[in-house]
Amino acid sequence: MNLADGVQLVSFGVLAVMMLGTALGVVLLSSIVYSAFLLGGVFISISGLYILLNAGFVAAAQVLVYVGAVNVLILFGIMLVNKQEDFVPLKNVWLGRAATAAVCVGLFALLGAMILTTPWQVSLLPAAGDNATVIIGQHLFSDFLLPFELASVLLLIALIGAIVLARRDFLPDLDVDSIQRPALTLPERPRELAGVATTPGDSES
Amino acid sequence: MISLQYFLLLAAALFCIGIYGLVTSRNAIRVLMSIELLLNAVNLNLIAFANYLDPASIKGQVFGVFVITIAAAEAAVGLAIVLSIYRNRNTVDMEQFNLLKW
Repeated sequence: MNLADGVQLVSFGVLAVMMLGTALGVVLLSSIVYSAFLLGGVFISISGLYILLNAGFVAAAQVLVYVGAVNVLILFGIMLVNKQEDFVPLKNVWLGRAATAAVCVGLFALLGAMILTTPWQVSLLPAAGDNATVIIGQHLFSDFLLPFELASVLLLIALIGAIVLARRDFLPDLDVDSIQRPALTLPERPRELAGVATTPGDSES
Repeated sequence: MISLQYFLLLAAALFCIGIYGLVTSRNAIRVLMSIELLLNAVNLNLIAFANYLDPASIKGQVFGVFVITIAAAEAAVGLAIVLSIYRNRNTVDMEQFNLLKW
C-alpha cells in the first residue's frame, strides 16, 4: 500500500465514522436544534466522500445547496414552529421502535448481502478527475437538456408553491366571532385568523 | 484504492438510519431531516457508481446534481406544509395529525 492509498483509506474511515455518528445524532437526539446542526455535519462529511470519489463539482454543489440552503431553511423552520411542547407519551412506544429497528437492521442485512454478492463490473477506464466539471456541463447542455429545463421549471413551481402555502395574511383587529358567515357553509375557522385566534375554544378545532 | 462495496455499505447504513428516523420520530421537522438523509444516501450511491462503473462519461454525477435540485425543492415545499399544518393544528406532533385516520 503506497501513501496515496493509505491517505484515502484513513480519510474514508474518518468521514464514514463522522457521517454515521452525526446521522445517528440527527435521528436519536431529543433536542431538535442539535439535530439540525448535526445534519450539517452529515452533509459536510458526505461532501468529503464525494471528493474521495473524484466528484468535485457535486461536492461543491452539496456544500452550497445542502449546508447553505437546506440546512438554513430547516433551522428557520425550527425557529418558526419553536414551541416547547412535551409530546404526550403513547403506550407501547418501545414496541414500535423495536419493530422499526428490527426492520431497519434486516433491510441493512439484505442490502449488505446484495452488495457483497453482486459481481460489480468495475470499469478500468481512467477517471475523469478534474475534467469532471466540463463533462457535466457537456451532459447538461446536450443529452440532459430537457431534464435540466424541467428542473428549472420545477424549482420555480416549488418556489411559488412554498410561498403560497406558507403565506399568512394578518387580520389582527378582527374578532373571530364577529365574522358573518354566509349560510350553508361548513363551520371551519377562516384560514387567515388561525394564527391570531388564541381563545381556548379554538384550540381543538 | 477503496473498493466500491465500502461506499455502497455506507450508503445502505445511512439509508437505514434515515428510515428509522422517518418512522419513529414524532416531530414533523425531524421527519423532513430524515427524508434528507434518505436522499443523501441515494446520492452517495449514484456518485459511487459513476466513479467505479462509468468513470469516462460520468452520468451518475449529472443524476446527483438533479437529485440535489429536487431535494432543495422538496425541502422548501415540505417546510411550507409543516408551517401550514402547525398554524392549523397548533402542534408539530406527528401523532396528532390524524385528520385522515379511518
